Amino acid sequence: MLELAIGIILGGCALGAGCAMIAGIGPGIGEGNAVAKACEAIGRQPESKGAVTTTMLMGCAVAETTGLYALVIAILLIFLAPGRFVNILLNAIR
Amino acid sequence: MEENDRQFKIIDRLYLALAILPLVVGMAINVLTSPASDGIEIAGARIFFEIPLPLQPLPITESQVNSWLVMVTIFFLCLYFTHGLTERANTKRQLILEWVVEATDNLVRENMGKYFEGFSPFVAAIMALSAFSSLLSLIGLYPPTSDLNVVAGWAVIVFVLITYYKNKCGFVHYLKSFGDPVPFLAPLNVISEFATPVSMAFRHYGNVLSGSVISVLIASALQGVSSMLLGWLPGFLGQVPFLQIGIPAVLSIYFDVFSGCLQAFIFAMLTMLYISSGFPADDWEKLKLQKQQLKEANN
Repeated sequence: MLELAIGIILGGCALGAGCAMIAGIGPGIGEGNAVAKACEAIGRQPESKGAVTTTMLMGCAVAETTGLYALVIAILLIFLAPGRFVNILLNAIR
Repeated sequence: MEENDRQFKIIDRLYLALAILPLVVGMAINVLTSPASDGIEIAGARIFFEIPLPLQPLPITESQVNSWLVMVTIFFLCLYFTHGLTERANTKRQLILEWVVEATDNLVRENMGKYFEGFSPFVAAIMALSAFSSLLSLIGLYPPTSDLNVVAGWAVIVFVLITYYKNKCGFVHYLKSFGDPVPFLAPLNVISEFATPVSMAFRHYGNVLSGSVISVLIASALQGVSSMLLGWLPGFLGQVPFLQIGIPAVLSIYFDVFSGCLQAFIFAMLTMLYISSGFPADDWEKLKLQKQQLKEANN
C-alpha cells in the first residue's frame, strides 16, 4: 500500500512538472513576435540596427520570465517536492 | 631605466598569476572534494563546512567560495589592466580598458540620464561579476549564478537602491506614489514593487540553471545513444562514449557563453532601467528649484 502511495506521489510530481512546462508556449510566441517586429524595423531602417537589437533582447528577456517561473516550479517539483511529500506521508502514517 | 623595466614586468606577471591562481585553486578544490561517481548528475551547491553561530549554523557552500574566487580574479585583472597607465594610450591593454570604460559610461548615460552618471562603476561591477560567474562553468566549476541565493542577494541590493532613489523626494512622496493611477490599486502596486527583485533573481537563476540542466541531459543522452550505436565495437572500444566528444562543447557555446553574457547584460540593463525609472526626476527638479528660491529669499 505504501509503495502505491509513494508511486502516486512520484508520478504526480512528474506529471505536474510536465504540465508546468506548458507555460513555455507563451514566451515562445511572444519572443517570436518580438523578433519578427524587430526584423521588420531593421528592414525599414537599417541604421537603427543597434538600438533595435538591444531593445529586442531586453524585451525577450522580460517576456521569458513567465517561462522561467514555470521552469523553476518544474525543477522544484522534480528535485525537491517528492522528498517533501513522501516525508509528509510517512509522518502522517506515524 | 633597465631596472625599472624589469620590475614593471615582474609585477605584471605577478598580477596575471594572481588573477589565474583563484581559478586553479577552485579547480583543485573541485577535484579534491567532489564525491566519486560514474554518472553525470544534477546537484545543487555542495556544503564545504558550517560555522557554528548562536541562531543556526552558517553553511559555507560551493557558490560562496566560487563567487569569492571570481571576485579575487576580477580584482587582480583590474590591477593588471590598470598597471602602467599613461596619459596617451600606447599599450594594447590600455586601449582595451579605455574602450570598456567608455562603452559602460555611454551605456549608463543613454539609459539612466545625466543625474545617474556616477553609476557606471556599479553597473560595470555587476556586469563583470555576473558574466565571470556564469563563465565559470566553462572550466568545470559550479557557477555561483545557478544558485538562487547569490542572485537573490544581488537583486536585494538593487531593490534597496531602487527604494532609496524613490525616497529622494521624501517619504510621503514615496507613499503617495503607490496610489498613483487610482488609490484602490495600492495593494497591486505594493505587490509589483516586491515582484521586481523576485523576477530579476528568478530570471538570472533560471536561465543559467536551465542551461546547465540541458547540458547535463544532452550529455547523458549522448552516452546512451553512443552505447546503442557503437556498442558492437570490440572490447574496450564499445564502452567509450565517442559521441560525447565535441558535441556538448558546441552546445555549451550557446548555453554557457552566449546565455551567460546575455543574462549579465540584461541584469545590468534592468538594474539601470528600474533605478532610473523609479527616480521621480521632475518632482525632484521642482523640489530643488523651490529650495533654491527659498534660500535666495532668505538671503
